Amino acid sequence: MAVLEARKQVAPSPTKTRVKTGVRRWLPTAADLFVLPYTLFLLAFGILPGVFALILSFANFSNGTPQYFAAGLQNYITTFHDFRFASAFANMFQFLLISVPFGVIGVTGIALLLHMRTGWFASAMRTIYFLPGAVAGPTSVLIFLFMLDPQVSPFRGLLTAMHMDQTIIVIQPSHLPLLFTLLGFFVGAGGWIVIFYGGLKGISTDVLEAAAIDGANAWQTALYIKLPMIRRYVIYLAILTFAGNIQIFTEPQLIGASFAYSGIGTISPTWSPNELGYYFAFNDGNFGAAAAISLLMVAIGLIGALAIIRATGFFRTDAAV
Amino acid sequence: MTSTTTPAPTPLAAKTPWLTRLRRSRGAPALTGMGPITTLIRAALLLLLGIFFGLPLLWLLLAPTKTDVQLTQDFPLSIGSWAKIGSDWQNLLTFDDGVIIQWYVNSILYALATLVLALAVSLPAGYALATMKPKGRGLLLSLTLVAMLLPISALVLPLFLEINLVHLVNTPWSVILPTAFFPFGVFLAFIYYAVSLPKDLLAAGRIDGASEWQLFWHVGIPLARPLLGLLIFLNFTATWNNYFLPFVMLQDPSVYNLPVGLQALISGTPALHPALVGDVPIHRAELALAGVIIVLPVALVFLFSQRFVTSGALTGSFKE
Repeated sequence: MAVLEARKQVAPSPTKTRVKTGVRRWLPTAADLFVLPYTLFLLAFGILPGVFALILSFANFSNGTPQYFAAGLQNYITTFHDFRFASAFANMFQFLLISVPFGVIGVTGIALLLHMRTGWFASAMRTIYFLPGAVAGPTSVLIFLFMLDPQVSPFRGLLTAMHMDQTIIVIQPSHLPLLFTLLGFFVGAGGWIVIFYGGLKGISTDVLEAAAIDGANAWQTALYIKLPMIRRYVIYLAILTFAGNIQIFTEPQLIGASFAYSGIGTISPTWSPNELGYYFAFNDGNFGAAAAISLLMVAIGLIGALAIIRATGFFRTDAAV
Repeated sequence: MTSTTTPAPTPLAAKTPWLTRLRRSRGAPALTGMGPITTLIRAALLLLLGIFFGLPLLWLLLAPTKTDVQLTQDFPLSIGSWAKIGSDWQNLLTFDDGVIIQWYVNSILYALATLVLALAVSLPAGYALATMKPKGRGLLLSLTLVAMLLPISALVLPLFLEINLVHLVNTPWSVILPTAFFPFGVFLAFIYYAVSLPKDLLAAGRIDGASEWQLFWHVGIPLARPLLGLLIFLNFTATWNNYFLPFVMLQDPSVYNLPVGLQALISGTPALHPALVGDVPIHRAELALAGVIIVLPVALVFLFSQRFVTSGALTGSFKE
């Protein structure tokens, strides 16, 4: 508004023609002002950290203060050759391999199952699935530590039946990818189920009734009619699960920390790449190597997301709105 | 079902005839194509899942009422004594002179400040991207999509160094400012306005001499109520539960938020690892109470905002 008024005042000035073209080109319009704060935030907290990471990854931190561009590719070489690097990425990929299909199939399946018959039962169950979304980060880890402790867990019968009568046996390294998957599913599935359910409600009842009249049973309707119609949701879920799960940090870090004192040390403090980055930065003081890991994570996230977007044509219509 | 029973005077709902059709057809039994066996399998599966999702929360809620002995020996869903909660709380207060109250205040302040800032920044941006032609619109949209797909945690370490350069590490701003960057909110606002705000309405307003700012304030904001609910819900829960960023940024226990504080409780007390010898009276029940305290506000928000998540505000972003 202020800009519009300013322009009106500028217009009748003696240097009318010159100013006018100059103003058109350089003065921001109202639209520009609307997006300006966001643009600044995007620059400061989206782009700048990325650029900063790039610069740091070529800096040398060996004597405490950064010497920019002094390291060349040394940070990358250090990182790739570090003995913890391979295992951290192996852990992460193993976790992805289990958690992404589990999450996508689980959420889609539950939403379809719920939607077979709408009513109080489906609503009540959906709310129960949704509530753990309120729990995240350390609280979810805390709950999970209780659930996995055969001494106190309400699932203790199940745990004992599987011959796991001690927490150390439950939380052993080979179980971690599956356990983190279950934890992530416990916390995150409900929100997605509700979103999927909202999408399923958008399907015209005419279509569903036509299918039922044609003799399709509930499973067939779910698989061949409903599923294709919420395809976009499934893709979006897959992208976000992938992008979120490569960042795994809280779960291994907290579970590791809570066992550190008992001297068991089941979980390495560098279990995941993000933990390794944290370790490089705050335990070794090597911010260059930490930045190299950050960039690698960004790259993997981007490549994965872009690959899915390209392969599926997702966002093509959205971006053109 | 909440969203179908509440009257939805939004233009989006008005645009979607399925909603009205669904309402009209509610009286008649729908054809589900489910036989008795399917009905049974479905009910059994859904109930099992209900146990998976519901039991841990119920257990957590009851745990503070019980002593350590009761926790290990009684039936997992037994109720101890409600008075036990009071003594648990007293015990929690012994940790670092009751610093948990400070954490609570911090969490509320950080969440509110982030929310206000995030909305003030995201809403106008999404509105302008959808209804006007700001410079660099295509680039902004693309970068927003990329930023949405990359969780902020990917950049936590460089963010730390950046914030360190401007000497804001260990202050509330180190957490508030980066989390107020809310690309998902911009994207949702963009889609919402693009789909549900009639362009003619704005054009008519402009002819009547309204400034862009007035249009946004008098048309854009009032029409965005379902969107606002969803954005508030998403932003508040994300900030309240934020861990990695505050864990890295905040070093002094007096500026911790609740999740970082809980981490300090978990790793600094003998509750979960009896091998750690200490005289802090914090055991499983106390930790569980700390967990309940953190979860409760968000759980309440969740109970009341399920309809925002199912509402058209979000589904609009997935329209084929």
